[in-house]
Amino acid sequence: MQMSGAQMVIEAFIAEGVDTVFGYPGGAIMNVYDEIYKQDKFHHILNRHEQASIHAAEGYAKASGKVGVAMITSGPGFTNAVTGLADAYMDSVPMVVVSGQVPMSLIGTDGFQEIDAIGISRPCTKHNYLVTDAADLPRVLKEAFYIAKSGRPGPVHVDIPKDVTAQIAEFNYDVELNLETYKPHTKGNPRQIKKALEAIAKAKRPLFYLGGGIINSNAAYEVRELVHKTGIPAVETLMARGVLSFDDELLISMLGMHGSYAANMAMSETDLVIGLGVRFDDRVTGKLSEFAKNADVIHVDIDPASISKLVNADFPIVGDVKNVVIEMLEQCEHIYPDNYASWRETINNFDALHPLTFHEDSERLKPQWVVKRVGELLGDSANISTDVGQHQMWAAQFYPFTRPNQWITSGGLGTMGFGFPAAIGVKVAVPEKTSINFTGDGSILMNVQELMTAVEKKIPVINIILNNNFLGMVRQWQTLFYDKRHSQTDLSVQPDFVKLAEAFGGIGYRVTTKEEFDAALKDAVEKNIVAFIEVIVERFENVMPMVPSGGSLFNMMLLEKKETK
Amino acid sequence: MTENSERRVISVIVVNEASVLSRITNLFSGRGYNITSLTVAPIPESNYSRLTIVTSGSVRVIEQITKQLHKLIPVLKVYEHADLVEKEMAMVKFPLSENLSDIDVLCRAYNGKIVNVGENVVIVMVADEPKRVDNFLAVIKKYNPKEIVRSGAVALER
Ligand SMILES: Cc1ncc(C[n+]2csc(CCOP(=O)(O)OP(=O)(O)O)c2C)c(N)n1
Ligand SMILES: [Mg+2]
Repeated sequence: MQMSGAQMVIEAFIAEGVDTVFGYPGGAIMNVYDEIYKQDKFHHILNRHEQASIHAAEGYAKASGKVGVAMITSGPGFTNAVTGLADAYMDSVPMVVVSGQVPMSLIGTDGFQEIDAIGISRPCTKHNYLVTDAADLPRVLKEAFYIAKSGRPGPVHVDIPKDVTAQIAEFNYDVELNLETYKPHTKGNPRQIKKALEAIAKAKRPLFYLGGGIINSNAAYEVRELVHKTGIPAVETLMARGVLSFDDELLISMLGMHGSYAANMAMSETDLVIGLGVRFDDRVTGKLSEFAKNADVIHVDIDPASISKLVNADFPIVGDVKNVVIEMLEQCEHIYPDNYASWRETINNFDALHPLTFHEDSERLKPQWVVKRVGELLGDSANISTDVGQHQMWAAQFYPFTRPNQWITSGGLGTMGFGFPAAIGVKVAVPEKTSINFTGDGSILMNVQELMTAVEKKIPVINIILNNNFLGMVRQWQTLFYDKRHSQTDLSVQPDFVKLAEAFGGIGYRVTTKEEFDAALKDAVEKNIVAFIEVIVERFENVMPMVPSGGSLFNMMLLEKKETK
Repeated sequence: MTENSERRVISVIVVNEASVLSRITNLFSGRGYNITSLTVAPIPESNYSRLTIVTSGSVRVIEQITKQLHKLIPVLKVYEHADLVEKEMAMVKFPLSENLSDIDVLCRAYNGKIVNVGENVVIVMVADEPKRVDNFLAVIKKYNPKEIVRSGAVALER
């Protein structure tokens, strides 16, 4: 069928089953927005900043497992979106981002709102395209969706000059994809899998090291089965929260810089690391030369470049975690859970020695209490997004996660401003769950304009602002490593968060006590409109335990011992 | 980098399309890998091109380079050569007043010859292993070369 490039974009989205597009219009993308106006197959959500559109699409993708879609204009529209692209790239989020570009005749002339978009997006996307002929659009868009979601997922950027969106050409979306140069390995090598299982059977202190790749590969339930069948304890990375349920006896906790003592000690003492969908990030490993020093390493990942990048893999398995774990499940009868009883005991003793906890010794509420309380009140019924900082770590440490895709956070890039728009995307993807964003008094201001989006589209995200009047995480490092010189981190001067929410048409609460908090959360859930719950929390609370940057996992700064609760 | 750094030649077969070269050079600069030389030309009767990249790094770095190259969507194949035939070309401009018969003899010893004689200058070419080209360029220094251009290495596996 003959149609314009702009119509092709719409038709491709429909063919891909897209139900929501997050975006922001402008000159170069107007032809496509005109077609959006004319159609009723998918929703468009107008965020109030392009960065927020990308984060919303990320939240949507992370919560639903589907490809997130965003649309932006050229020049400043595109550059505003770059942080989002980089965030999605670092966290392997499947996403297609379409941007407008100046007409072909103006490319290279420093035209109005011209910027070399694909030059800028290249290092922060899985792949990108500049489409110079509408006849290429069906193939390019089909490839874009395929590349975004296959293999190690990631964002794909498609830049379309304005005249190409007006150009008429043939649209046929049933074309076979012919990507001769892109063939992700999805099935693990059976001999390698067998060898890995033999190593597991021989190990005395094996440890599952679970990563975000499990969520991407939709393999959490298979992994749960494998963990239970083998009786091998497990640690999770920040990105893997929810792979195992919080109450699973075999889940130790999160590991890494703010991981639990037991998780980090288990990693230090294990003789066999079984890494599934992980990438040995420096926030996880601490000092590399001391990381799992006495252990062999099994590493399962779909990205060959992740394997032996930082830590040598003795048993490398390139493949989709789900496929590999299913194969492992079929052949693990010679692994006996009883063999690891004393190892589990050792780990339990670590945990008893320094449990992940906090002291309730201040007049002000403790931020950890707030997280725990939300867990008690909402638990499984909420999806949890976060911004970046101390509140993010407390949410990761103390929320009782029960399922994959429940936890949405910016891990690799650590982007302040991620949480609120992401939580909007999450709510759109999974409307039946309450969408919570744990945020800080610093982070929330980085995409606060999304109040307008949430009000307009009636997206009832509940933002819980853990207000410590500080850029808390940076303040913590200054306290610990810069002799308390709190340079530019004091946020004593603040907006009235209640009025701020109300100014946009949302609802605001300011709470200082447990009773007030319970009441506010209950009310916000019932009111079902976008909310700010500002919780005044202890200002100088530190995230503990902590592995100082570059230190070894077994050298943790620990919570001082006191009466704990 | 504390590990031993070694010179390596990597060949990359890529789809002939706009911006593929910048994908490759971006990868090198973005990840802090070295490029000593890079050559590229289309492979006849195909829609692929072949790049020959001379680089250096530890074993781990070289392994990462090949994996990261392979990850790029338009990359078909990556060969990291061990046993190969390598050639490089160089062209040099000398003043006509220099000892041309000496220069001619030297060029021949390095698979080359005088290729152009102008009013004031003579241009020669040599084609040989990169190491031998280094030698040649060292030897001809005393003839006051005015300009030197090297092509970068190309290589084929034996
Ligand atoms: C866009 C961006 N800028 C700067 C940083 C560095 N940074 C990391 S955490 C943090 C403080 C965040 O403060 P707040 O949102 O109040 O959270 P808190 O740590 O106090 O819980 C900063 C500035 C970042 N991660 N992202
Ligand atoms: Mg703060």
